[in-house]
Amino acid sequence: MTSLLTVGGLAAGYGPVAVLHDVDLRVEAGQIVAVLGANGAGKTTLLRALSGLIRPTAGTLDLAGTPLIPVPVEERVRLGLAHVPEGQAVVAELTVDENLRLGGLWRRDRADAARARDEVYQLLPPLAARRRHAGHQLSGGERQLLAIGRALVARPRLLLLDEPCLGLAPLMTARVLALLRRLRDENGLAVVLVEQNVAAALSVADQGVLLAGGRVVLTGDAGTLRDSLLPTAGAPGDAALRHAYLGF
Amino acid sequence: MQRFGYLTVDGLASGAVYATFALSLVLIWRAGRIVNFAQGAIAVASAYLAWSVTAHTHSYWLGFVAALAGGALLGVVVERGVMRFVPADRPMDAVIVAVGVMLVVQGVLGMLYGADHRPVPAPLPTGVWRVGGVATVSPYQLFVVGAVAVLVAALALLFTRTRLGLRLRAAAFAPEVARLLGVRVARMTTVAWALASAAGALAAMLVLPSGLGLTPTAMDGVFITAFTAAVIGGLDSAVGAVVGGLAVGVVVNYVTGYAGNPNLANLAVLALLVIVLLVRPGGLFSGVAVRRA
Repeated sequence: MTSLLTVGGLAAGYGPVAVLHDVDLRVEAGQIVAVLGANGAGKTTLLRALSGLIRPTAGTLDLAGTPLIPVPVEERVRLGLAHVPEGQAVVAELTVDENLRLGGLWRRDRADAARARDEVYQLLPPLAARRRHAGHQLSGGERQLLAIGRALVARPRLLLLDEPCLGLAPLMTARVLALLRRLRDENGLAVVLVEQNVAAALSVADQGVLLAGGRVVLTGDAGTLRDSLLPTAGAPGDAALRHAYLGF
Repeated sequence: MQRFGYLTVDGLASGAVYATFALSLVLIWRAGRIVNFAQGAIAVASAYLAWSVTAHTHSYWLGFVAALAGGALLGVVVERGVMRFVPADRPMDAVIVAVGVMLVVQGVLGMLYGADHRPVPAPLPTGVWRVGGVATVSPYQLFVVGAVAVLVAALALLFTRTRLGLRLRAAAFAPEVARLLGVRVARMTTVAWALASAAGALAAMLVLPSGLGLTPTAMDGVFITAFTAAVIGGLDSAVGAVVGGLAVGVVVNYVTGYAGNPNLANLAVLALLVIVLLVRPGGLFSGVAVRRA
């Protein structure tokens, strides 16, 4: 059976600076895969290569049987790939409603785009209450919800999320994670979740990948990674591994 | 008081032209962070096209339409053919290339039409109506203000009410996010250049009959004044361009009318610019200062 996303031997970087080396990754439908690693490990670069914002220098990308490399970034959303970049990436000058409409503009089925927008409002009531507000008037948490909601209007199969909990209050972090869990369980959405907060990421993930220096150094199901990376009352975890790759 | 009224009306009419030209600069600035120094030359080229069409068909209005269409087309050619290849992270390069385009366009116009001054007749009477002995407004001034009002309303509707407008705004404010959402940002930049250059052509068609006449460099002065107006309004803001343009037009007229020395007008515009920038460094209607908290 083919995976939803298959990444093989991926290398990418910025100009002469190589960041990713020989990265392999598989994401199955309805699965959350956490991408972990310290600052500069290549997590954001991986997402940017997946969505096409940077061009890989080697390797293969395959979304449900379609090779992605030749597909320009504007077209990848049409194949079911949605990327929510870091920093609560709403368009600050546009209203909540305009941001959401923007997410569905490419769709030919306008009626369904409108339906998807209504569903997002039902799923995220704080947005429904602030429809006419400009993006820059929202709180950080609301902006993050809006950025995710806007991606959902495209009805993606695979959602790439870059640090969705960065700078959010604990309550909002819990809310974002609960949203991801719900989308996976109810809609079968697959998620690649880049997160600095290892505990938070592994609390919702099915699988995890640990990046260091642009290479995959550890991969496994979330429970195993939790045991080896996070200290708990019963087990100290692998302190050396944690120090080496996560820096704490 | 009569004089004040007349100077205001006349200032608003020339301000409407500055507003239109400022709008064309703002559209391109928003789309690609480029100050289009070639805008004046593109507008003059459109006006020459109108002159040729009118000379052949004896219809001012066919020439008028040709100027708008030709301006839009020339904008597309300049963006697709030249400006697109300037790296986005090198704004100074874009300025130099735009100045180069300006020189080429002006040079070609000089070769085709010669550098002689050609007077451009107004399509409507320029004599001012007098109501009870009080100077009010000329039919041509009404036409100028009306044409600009139609343009501003059309652009406002396009940007706020249509799917294309939403795409244009997203591509201008957040190009990377827009691309991730499936907006073809490069195409939106081309559309912005077409709209902007058509607006610039309209400004040229409206201003040249008011004594400027047609030479390859006829719009240079308007460019400088309109650029100042755009900066006063905040380069990012279409509303700012319109308000800045009208304000500059009126100020120029008051100073020229009351001080009697046209050279003081330029000084007054600069003073206005300095005052506005001291109080609001981003311009009157500058956008969101902090894009992301």
